[in-house]
Amino acid sequence: MRTFCPSQCDQSVERKRYDRRPLASARGSDRRRCPLLAACIATWLGFSSTVVWASLPTDMAQSTKAAAPGGLLEAFLFYTVAGGVVLSALGVCIAKNIVRMAVWLFAGLGSVAMLYFLLAANFLGAIQLIIYAGGTLVLLVFGVMLTSKSPWVRFDPPKVELIAAAVVCLALVVSLCTVLARTVWSSAEGIVPGATVAAFGERLLTTYLVPFEVAGVLLMIVMVGAAHLARQEE
Amino acid sequence: MRDFITSQFGVSVVLAFIVINVLLGAVSYCIYFERKISAWIQDRCGPNRVGPWGLLQPIADGIKFLVKEDVVPNHVDKPLFIFAPAAIFLVAFIGFAAIPWGGQLELDGRLVNIQVANPDIGLLYILGVGSMSVYGAVLGGWASNNKYSLYGAIRATAQMLSYDIPMGLCILVVVLTMGTLRLEEITLQQTGYWAGWIPQWNIFLHPLAFAILFITALAESNRTPFDLAEAEQELVGGFHTEYSALKFGMFFLAEYAHMITASAFIAVLFLGGWHLPGVSWTQPQATQWYAVLAKIVVLSTKIIFFLFVMMWIRWTLPRFRFDQLMRLAWKGLIPITLALFVLAAALLFFDRQRSPLWALSGNLVILVVALITASSSRLRVTGRQVNLPTIAPATDFVRLGRVEMPL
Repeated sequence: MRTFCPSQCDQSVERKRYDRRPLASARGSDRRRCPLLAACIATWLGFSSTVVWASLPTDMAQSTKAAAPGGLLEAFLFYTVAGGVVLSALGVCIAKNIVRMAVWLFAGLGSVAMLYFLLAANFLGAIQLIIYAGGTLVLLVFGVMLTSKSPWVRFDPPKVELIAAAVVCLALVVSLCTVLARTVWSSAEGIVPGATVAAFGERLLTTYLVPFEVAGVLLMIVMVGAAHLARQEE
Repeated sequence: MRDFITSQFGVSVVLAFIVINVLLGAVSYCIYFERKISAWIQDRCGPNRVGPWGLLQPIADGIKFLVKEDVVPNHVDKPLFIFAPAAIFLVAFIGFAAIPWGGQLELDGRLVNIQVANPDIGLLYILGVGSMSVYGAVLGGWASNNKYSLYGAIRATAQMLSYDIPMGLCILVVVLTMGTLRLEEITLQQTGYWAGWIPQWNIFLHPLAFAILFITALAESNRTPFDLAEAEQELVGGFHTEYSALKFGMFFLAEYAHMITASAFIAVLFLGGWHLPGVSWTQPQATQWYAVLAKIVVLSTKIIFFLFVMMWIRWTLPRFRFDQLMRLAWKGLIPITLALFVLAAALLFFDRQRSPLWALSGNLVILVVALITASSSRLRVTGRQVNLPTIAPATDFVRLGRVEMPL
């Protein structure tokens, strides 16, 4: 017996209109998905193990760092998390579906936050999680959901845009490599400060008060502009 | 080995293990208590067949979830469909790491915190984890490829974004009053007394912020009257319509885990955490093992109290309509919390942040002004939103087999 199911009906209409390929290829074959899944799992393993490590009591984290500078654990965690960052960045580039891109971006932003935690920059890590992973990305996904016509809509930019993007990326890579090669890296012995929030707040409200306030005013202007655009015409 | 176990790291590892397992049990028994309380409120019996008083019902439910067929519909985005319940479950459970359960314990002459982690950013950590909880709902709803699920996901996102703001402002009020982000330190600062017997809990300084934080906690954990993301009458099951078996179970358990986190958080911020006035075992100086157990019992009691109030609200109040929900957040809670924030900043500026007289009178003034504004405005609280068009005949909503629903 065939029952009426709005979602299936919807889907056939949408697929015919927006994507003529069969469903299986639109979602990617199993073979293509395996490495992506593996990468996903690896990222999350790194994520969780770093959460455990980063959430250790501060004195404990310091003593590990002080006892074994560049120790095995730290190196292992760094390479796991850095690998997660690279893999998820690749995932953002390779994925064709915008929501999947957003999920990869989420993994990437989370791994960068973990890098901050590894560097004992707790405040930056938390802010990264709250603002980028928890705020901006939700807005992105929200926008995609409200505007997209079909869940299987694919992101296929034209060739010209691809070439332009490749040129820009290449220039960026070259310049970043130059900077990396030319920088003299300073290394200082000492204990990593565990508590950074108070110092951070003090600097923001004394030395860097003007940039801080300017950023605040900028955000305010953006908010007023957005509210004006979104307002219904009377 | 003994040295490792009695160090802070060892205690943290052991505590993390215990907390996760106890909470997994607790969330399933939350469902039992939810059903019992609903039965009590509606004059029914509730679960009473499995075990004495139905106490084994959660275990039976768990087994049922495990052995049910795990249906993955053909039209879903499979990786995200599987990832979503895992994400919501993970996020719901890592928030507990920063909750101070029982003060300090003396082990082999050393003092260790009964807290999995005591980071400098405790409050921010919980906020960050909480702000990521929306992903489970959003991805689940999106991956299901079902219009009802998608509506549920969009509602969940809009609701969480809106209620994050008053929640953050309420937390800022506490931060301004206490001057620290460490949850253990916040608890410690609330263990003093005014006039010799009134505990210096934050609820006696900023009751309005406490009430608003409780409301936003209800919204953040998707509880009635804010459970629009899964409104049965409108959206079938909301973002978890397509889920079955243990995946659905994970969404279900994550909701209760959120409730427990939120309750523990509010108890620590406003009710002094493990502190109970007049009992010597629950003072910060008591570091024996039985004192720690007493503190854990006190905090758990406060958490259970909040859980009970949340369940009580669920079975008493009807659900909001979506525009009412948004109006409450943007026109009600956010102005009030902004005023509270200014009040807390002013109190801090004049060095009166711990003076209950000034704080309470400020709260009273804000409440009175808010009530006067609300009652004098000509906007009706109920009824259809003013700027929405009149309701069209039902035929206009159905186009191409696609039901256009007002959000």
